[in-house]
Amino acid sequence: MAEFDKKDDAVDATPGISEVDVVEAATETAAVAAIEAPVDRGEPILQVRNLVKHFPLTQGILFKKQIGAVRAVDGVSFDLHQGETLGIVGESGCGKSTVAKLLMLLETATSGEVFYKGQDITKLSGRALKAVRRNIQMVFQDPYTSLNPRMTVGDIIGEPFEIHPEVAPKGDRRRKVQELLDVVGLNPEYINRYPHQFSGGQRQRIGIARGLALQPEIIICDEPVSALDVSVQAQVINLMAKLQDEFNLSYIFIAHDLSIVRHISDRVGVMYLGRMAEIGSDEQIYEHPTHPYTQALLSAVPVPDPEAREGRERIILTGDVPSPANPPSGCRFRTRCWKAEERCSTEEPVLAIPTRFQGVNTPAAHESACHFAEEKAVLAI
Amino acid sequence: MTTSSITAEVPRQRGGDAEAPVLEVRDLHVEFATREGVVKAVNGVNYSVSSGETLAVLGESGSGKSVTAQAIMGILDSPPGRVSKGEILFRGEDILKLPESERRKLRGPKMAMIFQDALSALNPVYSVGNQLGEMFRVHQGMSKKDAKAKAIDLMERVKIPAARSRVNDYPHQFSGGMRQRIMIAMALALEPDLIIADEPTTALDVTVQAQVMDLLADLQREYNMGLILITHDLGVVADVADKIAVMYAGRIVEQAPVHELYKRPAHPYTRGLLDSIPRLDQKGQELYAIKGLPPNLLKAPSGCAFNPRCPKAQDICRTEVPALLPVTERDGTELAGRGSACHFREEQLHG
Repeated sequence: MAEFDKKDDAVDATPGISEVDVVEAATETAAVAAIEAPVDRGEPILQVRNLVKHFPLTQGILFKKQIGAVRAVDGVSFDLHQGETLGIVGESGCGKSTVAKLLMLLETATSGEVFYKGQDITKLSGRALKAVRRNIQMVFQDPYTSLNPRMTVGDIIGEPFEIHPEVAPKGDRRRKVQELLDVVGLNPEYINRYPHQFSGGQRQRIGIARGLALQPEIIICDEPVSALDVSVQAQVINLMAKLQDEFNLSYIFIAHDLSIVRHISDRVGVMYLGRMAEIGSDEQIYEHPTHPYTQALLSAVPVPDPEAREGRERIILTGDVPSPANPPSGCRFRTRCWKAEERCSTEEPVLAIPTRFQGVNTPAAHESACHFAEEKAVLAI
Repeated sequence: MTTSSITAEVPRQRGGDAEAPVLEVRDLHVEFATREGVVKAVNGVNYSVSSGETLAVLGESGSGKSVTAQAIMGILDSPPGRVSKGEILFRGEDILKLPESERRKLRGPKMAMIFQDALSALNPVYSVGNQLGEMFRVHQGMSKKDAKAKAIDLMERVKIPAARSRVNDYPHQFSGGMRQRIMIAMALALEPDLIIADEPTTALDVTVQAQVMDLLADLQREYNMGLILITHDLGVVADVADKIAVMYAGRIVEQAPVHELYKRPAHPYTRGLLDSIPRLDQKGQELYAIKGLPPNLLKAPSGCAFNPRCPKAQDICRTEVPALLPVTERDGTELAGRGSACHFREEQLHG
């Protein structure tokens, strides 16, 4: 495994990113105390640095030999601030869901760090790890498969309390669950029903209630509305926005619907083939994109306005996303990019504010991993 | 139908009157017999498509949009499903009255369908060349060799790179976008007059979706086909449709040319759908949301099916089913091609 990773370890993909105030906790109690400590609004709560996840490709039955690796996530760095929503967009296979799983510690990172309030959670164990898990919760994409059909709604939402009994003492759980049902807009009397008795939108509310049960600080939402009907999506988005204000939550919102991401996010990161291509505030990304991939992605979104279809310029990319098992050399987008030159195949662009925009007070001055970053007006959605 | 590479700039002359619609659906009713009772999936749908025209059928899951398409193609699961009433006129002839052997001759040469999920719609144990060639072998009695040559032609026409070397590949060896191209190629093989595309790009990423929709639009123009596009994506509709039929609970609730519908919807459901799209100037505000849930077709609400969710519902909406009637301008002139099934359609239209 190691020999496949060595060559990339030296590359610092994101030079301009903020420093991490690393908390060195001597004892487990100190570590838990640091995790329980509140973070001010706007301060970084989660800092991801050079996160890498390679899935090994093996050959042979008896003697497994590694023949390569799928580089699902390959050096991703970003910050999540307290109280904000960070949207992550990208095509299928770009690694956005793997990032979510890594942040939830559902997968072990190949390398890289995830700092939660200054502590690297990939290296935590015991009580400190349990405390982190309580504070980072997840809402899944498919409300039909993410709820156990043999458990009642009360059991599903109450299950986190079994693992973390300090949040709700045993006698109090039923009341807590009913409160949660009320918070997400479901009738508290539904506590004894089973998931199949609910519609898709209601099930997603149950999933959200389960995510809220332990009063977390961060909720990672992996495509929370894409399985829902159009008329129900807006209800769930409104609920999530309301809960964020009410409980002071930070969201990582992963989705492929760019208009919904724009509506809910404060900052947006665009991923391509395991790397972050561009990251910035919603206005910077949507109104002033500088990475060709972001521009193509935005221009390809169908706009719900028939007046726009004649006049707009659309960038139609050719071909498909290359295989993450064998990504192109240099810039990963170069095989589909209309700006690609010699340099793009040899030199990997770093995620930084492009030199031409440095020190200039323009919305285009945000991190973009392109050698030829420039603004291009694409119709905003 | 003998030449394989058609580069016609002028729309080819099709049989029949140019003005007459290719397909006309009249008062179609489809129901499914289930253990819990009869589900009325489609309750009196009327629409028509002409050559070269794109009709978008918009609706949520369970609105009956796909069932209507299946009834047209004659691939309804029956039993339990059956067409209980209505006519489907293809070039003026009611195809519901035709025997199965005759309908079989229509599917492929006259009308074809593109399905949502190409991976499950293609047969995994036959090569794509074999499946594309099957159209020619079965319908035109072509030899295997000729059929394969035709298959390569088709793959080139839908812009699959290296078609000659990939013709013997199996569906799983293609990416999602390429698979959908193969589905399109299969539907186009015998140059039908009508194509029904059921959510053709829902499973694809936006960049690939744009490629596939472009291809479909080009081919439609080239062959001057009628296209029925079934979707729930208001963005895709705005991009390609000529006219729109909005379905809700098995009925068409609004019909309009594309520009008109987005500018001035005449049904509260359409209004709600358009309002629930996140817009730039509403950032940070609450999104408009249609309250409640789509109805259960086993026990559809009395009166207008939308009344429990409608912000403007009155007593009449709970008792009387509104018919799809033309809407008029303030001065009484009828708006061409527009209709709305709402008791208060004029109020909705004029605000």
